[in-house]
Formats: sequence, structure tokens, C-alpha cells
Amino acid sequence: MSMIVAQPGILSLLQDSGRWGHHRLGLSNGGPVDREAFNYCNRLLQNPAGTTAVEVSVGGLQLESKVETFICLTGANMPLSINGEDRAAWEVHKVIAGDTISLGFAQSGCRSYLGVADGFTIVPALGSTATVVRENIGGLNGDKLRAGDQLPCPVITTRTRYYLEDRLRPRYQKTMTVRVIPGYQQRHFSRAEQRRFFGSTYTVSERCDRMGYRLEGPAIRCNIDGIVSEGICFGAIQLPPDGQPIVLLNDRQTIGGYPKIGSALSIDVSRMSQLVAGNTVHFAPISHHTARRALHLAQRFVLGQSLQAR
Amino acid sequence: MLYVQEATPEEASLRVQAAVVAIEQVLGPDLVDLVPSYASVLILYNPLESNQINIACRVRGALKALPTLPKTAGRTIVLPVYYALEAGEDLQALAERAGLSVDAVIALHCAHDYRVYAIGFAPGFAYLGQVDERIAAPRLTTPRQHVPRGAVAIAGRQTAVYPSVSPGGWNLIGRCPVRMFNPGTQPGMPVAVGDRVRFEPISRDRFLALGGDLT
Repeated sequence: MSMIVAQPGILSLLQDSGRWGHHRLGLSNGGPVDREAFNYCNRLLQNPAGTTAVEVSVGGLQLESKVETFICLTGANMPLSINGEDRAAWEVHKVIAGDTISLGFAQSGCRSYLGVADGFTIVPALGSTATVVRENIGGLNGDKLRAGDQLPCPVITTRTRYYLEDRLRPRYQKTMTVRVIPGYQQRHFSRAEQRRFFGSTYTVSERCDRMGYRLEGPAIRCNIDGIVSEGICFGAIQLPPDGQPIVLLNDRQTIGGYPKIGSALSIDVSRMSQLVAGNTVHFAPISHHTARRALHLAQRFVLGQSLQAR
Repeated sequence: MLYVQEATPEEASLRVQAAVVAIEQVLGPDLVDLVPSYASVLILYNPLESNQINIACRVRGALKALPTLPKTAGRTIVLPVYYALEAGEDLQALAERAGLSVDAVIALHCAHDYRVYAIGFAPGFAYLGQVDERIAAPRLTTPRQHVPRGAVAIAGRQTAVYPSVSPGGWNLIGRCPVRMFNPGTQPGMPVAVGDRVRFEPISRDRFLALGGDLT
């Protein structure tokens, strides 16, 4: 029982919540870059959190279902159709064997999550199904989806058809503020450089991927050229010698030697990963305490929403 | 992030190694992941389930009683290497620059144990130090697009075995038939940070018998 990839689109990757506990081998986390949309997808389908779904970047994925089940699309605004008929995102739909599920190209945001009831049945590699193409691990043979791939999934005949009310769905804008907890080598950036960093507008460059988002704007100079390589966490903001910030994402290298000015708040990094080249970002400094409060509030918001059923 | 300050890289590495064990013990299931490096340990926890002050207190407490590890701590892993021009394209050039014979370069590379200072860049890529000063070599000015799996290489005073085919700017001197990263096995790598590695020269036949690949 499976779905067949008719067209893989630009970049479609199987992802679960990520590969943890293996940084010591040099493995990155992988996992969904927009965790918020990914979590909503599984919640609407009544799957356990972290169930394997497909992350679709930009769009163009087409699947042929060989099985009766339920699907849901969340995240970027990509037109969804089943057998050529338009269907709403953020909503559970029934499909049967022979149905064709097609995604168009994103109109706002750039990453969406297509899940099925009980998830795709993929054999985990080092504890996770998350695909990291650079490391050739996870998913099907460590690679992005290709035409003809079979995605195994179980037959499901009944499931509540939940949907998320329009007013509660995230709105993906072209500009956003990313909250930053200053830290790491922060003291090696002068007050003037820090003011420039937090006072400027940065543009998302063409070089933005699942490893990191490279931004372009006023260069930020550091008093030191580099540091002894050390661990890098999700959202860390590196400033290489050219002074252009790089916000590090899921597929980042585990250690690095560029100075860092701080770490972006994880929920903001998730939202930032919906930006495309040419969109803009501002940075705002926040305290550790405020960051923790923001995380708890965001979690309450997502888990506290009651879902509606068709 | 935990930083250690010691007089030599080796002492710092021993301190990191001891801290990793202590942090794992004291944090238990609250520890999501950690990244040991040359002189630091990045500690990852879930901020929705634990709070920073609690984590920091427990880590500080554990570090107070940190044992001083002897230099012999960790395992010693012997990695066989086929040193030859057909296996290490830069061997001749490196020897010429050093003013040594190829055999002398090989002898110096095998002469002592290396410490695993950090793992990163790619899964299974272990940074080993320190290489004898006489055979230290700067990175290539133009990195290669395609370094084969198992390539043994030198950059500065560091040496490493490439775990998979990748681009790279290190000087290639030989080929190791042991896989440095295999996701199908536990723990996935023959070495860990803090272990010591000794290289042992082997013949072409032995290299091929051990599963080595010269293509």
C-alpha cells in the first residue's frame, strides 16, 4: 500500500521531527524547517507528533494514491487539487486508490507539508526518517523524492475530517522581525556594530537553503577573524569575514569557526524559512527570559486551538 | 555552551572528554544532544521542558567534581592506511615541500598517536591532531571537487580520514579501507571525541583485501 511519486516537484523531502542524539558523529538534525506547519499537519490528521510527512519546497509535487486514506496540506499557500478539483489546505481530505494529488507553486511562503493518516511508513536511519541530502541519510536512500518513488502508507477508512479555521492559520508575509538572544561571541562585536545589526534591514539572498539562510545588507564587522571551531545550535547567526549574516537551519554543519552574534528564536526561524530570496528581515534583541516566555506562549497558542470538523 | 581553558590543546580535550561524561550523567533524559569540540561543549536541552537556570546549576555542580583524566584516557584505534601516489595524489608534493623522502613522510605520519579533537564538517569526519611540524601543510589553494571516501589527508597540523565522497581542500597522502561513517552500524563510527588514533601502513594487497577501493 503506497503513494507513487508522479512528479517530485522542485524539492520534496520525507521528514519526521528530526534526528537527535547524533551530533557527536557530525550528523545534523534535519527535520521540518517550519515546525509549526508540520505540527499542525499531524495534529489535523490526528497523528502522533513527529509522524513522517513530505516537506514540499516551492511546489510541483504530484502523487498518485494506491490506497484509501486521508491527507492534509499545511504551510505555504500552494494550490491543492485532487483529480483536478481544487481542495482547501489546512483541512483533512479523503482519497481513494487511483486519485491524483497535485500541488501547484507557492503563492505565499515556500514550504508546505503533505501528510497522510498514520504517516508514511519509512525505515528510520539512526533513529529518524528525516532526509538530509547533504549527508545522504534518511528518507528513501538518503535522497529527495524522485519520479516513480513509492511512499508506503497504511489503508485508513475512517478519520475525523478536521480543519483549522482561516483566522487561526499563519500568514506568511514578505517581511518579518526575527527575535535574537545575543550571545556566543557577542562581546567581540562593538556596540556600533551591534546597533547596525539590530537597526538594519536584511534581504534574503539567493543562497538560502535547509542548511542556512544567507542574508544581504550592511556588513557587520567582528573584532576577531574566527574562533576555535565549536558546536552550532539551530538559529545561530554566523558572521563570516564578509560581514553578511547567515542564520543556521536544520541541515547545518554541527561545528563551525565563524563568530556568532547570537541565536534567533526557534519559532521565528521556522517562520523565516517560509521567506524566499528578495524578502526582508529585521532583527530584534530579546532576553533569555522573554524568549522562554515567547516559546511557552506559542506552544499554548498552537495546542490550545480547538479544531473544527467537517 | 561550556568553554574550557587549559594550557595545551590536549589538556583542553581531556577536560572536554571528562565534561561530556559528567554532563550526560547529571542531565540524563533532560539532555537532548551535545556537541563536544576542541575546547567547548554545546549542551542542547528542551526549553519547554527544562529551564536554563536549573540546567546551568546542575552542570556547574557536576563540573566541580570533574576528575582529571590521564593522557591515556579513551580508546586507541588503529587505522590501516595504504600510502602511495596512486592512493594519495599530494604525497609527492608534500614530501618535496617538506624536503623529505616519501618514506620519511609516511614514517612521521605513523610515528605517534593522534587525539580526536572534534567531529564535524560531515558525518564521521574526525579532526585528528597534532601532525609532526615537519609534515604540516597548508590547505590547497583550490579545493578538489571530489575527494574519495577513505582519503587520508593533512591540513595544517591536523589530519583526517574522509568518511564519504565530498569536496575538500586537504592534502591527500593515502587511503584507509575502514569506513569512518556507516549509518547501518552502531555507533556508526569507529572513533569518538577523546579517543586516540594510530595509523598503520599497509600494502596495496592488504588494502584491497580489507575492502579498500582505489577508483
